[in-house]
Amino acid sequence: MTTAVAKKVSVATSPSLEISRETALHWLEQMMLIRRFEEAAEYAYTQKKVGGFLHLYIGEESIAVGAVAAMHPDDDIFTHYRDHGWVLARGVDPKPAMAELYGKATGLVKGKGGSMHFASVKHHMWGGYAIVGGHIPLAAGMAFSHQYLKRDRIAFCVMGEGATNIGMFHEALNMAALWKLPVVFLIENNMFGMGTAVDRASAVANIYEKASAYRMPATRIDGNDIELVYTTIQEYVNRARSGEGPQMVEAMTYRFKGHSMGDPQRYRTKEEVENRRPDDPLNRWEKKLIERGWADDALIKETFTRVDKQVAEAVQFAEDSPFPDPSELYTDILVEE
Amino acid sequence: MADMIQVTYRDALKEAMREAMKRDENVVIMGEEVGVWGGTYAVTRGLYDEFGGRRVIDTPIAEMGIIGVATGAAMGGMKPIAEIMTINFALVAMDQIINNTAKIHSMFGGTMRAPVVIRTAAGWGQLAATHSQSFEAWFAHVPGLIVVMPSTPYDAKGLLTTAMYSQNPVVFIEHSRLYGEKGQVPQGEFRVPFGVADVKRDGKDLTIVTYSRMVHVALNAANELAKENINVEIVDLRSLRPIDWETVYNSIRKTHRALVLTEDWMTYGISAEVAARIGYETFDYLDAPVERLTQLEVPLPYASNLEKLSFPDEAKVMQQVKAMLA
Repeated sequence: MTTAVAKKVSVATSPSLEISRETALHWLEQMMLIRRFEEAAEYAYTQKKVGGFLHLYIGEESIAVGAVAAMHPDDDIFTHYRDHGWVLARGVDPKPAMAELYGKATGLVKGKGGSMHFASVKHHMWGGYAIVGGHIPLAAGMAFSHQYLKRDRIAFCVMGEGATNIGMFHEALNMAALWKLPVVFLIENNMFGMGTAVDRASAVANIYEKASAYRMPATRIDGNDIELVYTTIQEYVNRARSGEGPQMVEAMTYRFKGHSMGDPQRYRTKEEVENRRPDDPLNRWEKKLIERGWADDALIKETFTRVDKQVAEAVQFAEDSPFPDPSELYTDILVEE
Repeated sequence: MADMIQVTYRDALKEAMREAMKRDENVVIMGEEVGVWGGTYAVTRGLYDEFGGRRVIDTPIAEMGIIGVATGAAMGGMKPIAEIMTINFALVAMDQIINNTAKIHSMFGGTMRAPVVIRTAAGWGQLAATHSQSFEAWFAHVPGLIVVMPSTPYDAKGLLTTAMYSQNPVVFIEHSRLYGEKGQVPQGEFRVPFGVADVKRDGKDLTIVTYSRMVHVALNAANELAKENINVEIVDLRSLRPIDWETVYNSIRKTHRALVLTEDWMTYGISAEVAARIGYETFDYLDAPVERLTQLEVPLPYASNLEKLSFPDEAKVMQQVKAMLA
């Protein structure tokens, strides 16, 4: 499934394909954590504990977990608003993450951002952005600072396939390619921009082909195959880091939940969603680990139990936390100077 | 204070940038034609030769890219000056300026900063409807931005120096018809603080509240009016966000009459906010309703006579002042 536009990339021969059992189980646990976190968030939303928009990452967990594992901890991530999975994959504590959904003072960004603006600067997680495509030039700018200040870091910009039709995508790609900025653009192609299928919105069905307009190496992979995500991203991140300029990876996936809460999903049938279930990245990884003899049903159950406890604690933390003090209304608007 | 020298508004701005670049390696200038060309209004002329293409960066014609990249670089610890050739082109970058640059700090609970200086030029000169606009109110409307609009070389240099030290995003609006304006400016670094207005002329009969190029129109009119024994006080706001309300109110408490003079349109413009606040805060001191003189509510036409009719000038100001004192 891998195709390179400007350069041939041989994923299969990558030596780093060999991952340890310990790593494999860690990925499993991270994917489970994201899955359970999202389910808890969805429940809290139905209980009116969480407001606004809530974009769930269920069905796409392999991309964030595999990609984060493939980069350095100080590489800088910018994402779209379907951002919970990326923050958790980066190792951010689920407690302040859940508290942010609850709009509590103990939230990741003090309850001022909510679901769409998860961030943790100390984790080099620069946030979810809610204007489609708006963060793409920011990531290019972060990469510009790395190049200018000669830092050994790259910027990693995650977007949906829908963001590749907006002008900011093209301005940022052009500037990134023109200046050979150390940035990797990851397209999470979950087949729909809200409810509009890819082929109804993009003149180019293979999104990664858009990179060729900027002579940017690009490939398309099965995003639900976590090992393939890991090895591919590692290869592309390494090339961006070594001065070869911007790179693009298109990861094919499928969103099992609606775009946000309250999406009637008239744009697809229940059968279509059910037909995609066997491709669930978490189930696929569980099966693979069992096949390899690295896990059994008991271990999987035990891991889920551990994760469930962690998520329950996060919910409790969010429940118990105070709302922001009214005085917070006027803080952080400008840096005081 | 250091020795004063006579310089143009243009060179005062350039000197502020040069000093910032010498002081701080993290300062870069990026924009269309800022480098090899030397800036379409020649504000950056010479800086490319002095600092090189690594720090004075010619960009594609891509305003949202320019602002986005500058904002991201600022988040990464740099201090970029992003030049938008004219304020008209800032419309293309509006999403970046309003949704990213202005909100990075608050939206993420104070954990990030985006101290970009966005330099741009207002102005007109038979450039027709899309190249002659005054959009300062659009930016001054937004919490999270600092918006300044200097009228003199002194204020231009002092405010730009303050902007270069600021940790906040600053929209720095110059005026294309002021670049050749000369004035006394201290040699070396000095700052004009944000949110401090300047009384450009003392008077007792009426206060004109204004900023940018209209300060000069007001001064010319005031000098003529003085010959008729009418003494006008002129308050130059300098900063549009934040605004130094106390200086405005104190002047009106003294003169009891206020005329708000701007180059933008009247409806929902800067004059709307200023007049409303004056009316509320100095109600008991006013001897006449607050008046406004602004650009006429038309897309600016090309024809020179029509263009001239569209803006307040000395004659219109004098006429308005006299009417208010009659």
